[in-house]
Amino acid sequence: MALLPRPKGPRWLSLPLGIGLMVVVFWLLATLLAPQMTSYDPMDMVARRLQPPSWQHFLGTDALGRDVFTRTLYGARHSLPIAVIVVCLSLTVGAFLGAISGFLGGVADNAIMRLVDITLSFPPMLLAMAVAAGLGPGLGNAAIAMVIVWWPVYARLMRAQVLEVREREHVEAAVAAGASRPRILLKHILPLCWTPVLISATMDLGQVILLAASLSFIGLGATPPTPEWGSMISEGAAQFYSWWVAFGPGAAILTIVLGFNFIGDALHDHFDPRSK
Amino acid sequence: MTRYILRRLFAMPFLVLGIVTLAFLLTTLTKGDPLTAIVSERQMNDPTVIAAAKARWGLDRSLPERYVIYVGNLVTGDMGTSFITRRAVAQDILFRLPATMELVIAAMIIGSTIGIALGVLAAYFRNTATDHFARLFALFGSSVPVFWLGLALLFVFSVKFGILPGPGRMDARLPLPDEITGFLTIDALLAGDLRVFIDALWHLILPAFVLGWSVAGTISRLVRANMLEVLGREFILTARAKGAGEMRVVLRHALRNTLVPTLTVIGYSFAYLLTGAILTETIFSWPGMGSYAVSAARGLDFPAIIGVTIVGGVVFLITNLITDIAYVIANPRVKLG
Repeated sequence: MALLPRPKGPRWLSLPLGIGLMVVVFWLLATLLAPQMTSYDPMDMVARRLQPPSWQHFLGTDALGRDVFTRTLYGARHSLPIAVIVVCLSLTVGAFLGAISGFLGGVADNAIMRLVDITLSFPPMLLAMAVAAGLGPGLGNAAIAMVIVWWPVYARLMRAQVLEVREREHVEAAVAAGASRPRILLKHILPLCWTPVLISATMDLGQVILLAASLSFIGLGATPPTPEWGSMISEGAAQFYSWWVAFGPGAAILTIVLGFNFIGDALHDHFDPRSK
Repeated sequence: MTRYILRRLFAMPFLVLGIVTLAFLLTTLTKGDPLTAIVSERQMNDPTVIAAAKARWGLDRSLPERYVIYVGNLVTGDMGTSFITRRAVAQDILFRLPATMELVIAAMIIGSTIGIALGVLAAYFRNTATDHFARLFALFGSSVPVFWLGLALLFVFSVKFGILPGPGRMDARLPLPDEITGFLTIDALLAGDLRVFIDALWHLILPAFVLGWSVAGTISRLVRANMLEVLGREFILTARAKGAGEMRVVLRHALRNTLVPTLTVIGYSFAYLLTGAILTETIFSWPGMGSYAVSAARGLDFPAIIGVTIVGGVVFLITNLITDIAYVIANPRVKLG
């Protein structure tokens, strides 16, 4: 390593982490306090239609004369909770099945892992689209579709962790001490499995926001007039020459996904020093 | 190694059957009513029309029956008839597959070129402004929604500056070349029509760049990590001691030794490209499988949805299989799980 100059100075790593945290906190605030952060209502026609950005309307108005800035802020109320719900549900289902799969082995392991293999054989967006189309439009249905697509990721990760941890000596000691099987899994194996799974979940929050927006964009998630970022961009695409209609929601998705990626990157670097 | 490859090949038919079953079940076990896609709203109350439509499209049969018939037809290459286009789904897909492949391959070339270049630069100038910029550029590509980036670039380059053409595969006023490969650029070359070739290439730039940028990040991150490791090895020291120029050290000695993992990640990035193609095609009015899938999903065209999902799954499965096997062949030390 001596061949490459090793620069000194402040740890650059903390900067993206800081930016990432700031961006995510901003959008969290928007989720909670959107009505306090703007003086307009996301559904009200507050000005003439398709006005370019001005001091009254930072991001202009859309085809129905609604304030794009306000709608963008309110959009966080859909995207963030959906992402958290989808990741949590997928994590619960995936981690549960993955742990069982790794711990029990045999038929259960085989059955679960084949289902995982098959689900992961689809390009995620395509499968989510197919399921969402079957379920019908609506953010709730889109969320179900995303959980169906996403849980196998955690199942595979959890299983690999359990397989690794169960070979360790303290587990052997617990077996020798006569601990019951559920106790071994819950008390001796699982607590050591969470770290990589949770890091992966953090990084996935951004990806799930992107997927949800994509589904809404093609009309399979949120439906108008809901101020959801994906469907707002789709409205903006219809008003192609009024670029500001799609700008706000697009910038919102970009910043929040970038924020989660910054955080995920920092976590990743922290736990995988090789890439520092 | 041979045993590993054989085992993977042996598992293929079962995985394909799994894909077919899952795609069939997930799209039919749901509450979306395909009849709304077939029968007009006014006739929905007419029991004879409903009964006839059900009989015509086989919707009067039980689910297991339909499944068996579907799989039986699939073996002969029949994926049913699209509710919307009223043509055979298999035919529709075959017709549209080349456009998607052309886009995805162009995106792959652009994405891996950007990704490898950024990864090498970032590793060589580690922790300098170049490194930070390369990482930011890469991260941006994997964070931005492709459908929004596509809109923005279309607006800037096509509308504002008029440098690049608008959506579509080629200028509608130019003559279509005879379809041989279905790749418009290649067909134009084969027909010897240079104007069409340049026009098609020109139309390909923007969507391929948008799509390629989205995978450049993953590639550059991996190249950077591997380059860092290789650059610290002793044979690099040897090469430098023997007086090899820096270009030669980086490209010939270091980069070549990161080739296997790089090719692997490019292979796996295919999935992201397929996913991204769905949205990119929608924005750029690209007549490929992606826009077909979107219109099918919007119109509740279930035969088309199932067909596209199966084809997407199988294409994805095959690329991953090829990537895995290539990795094992190129890297015999790898432990096979």
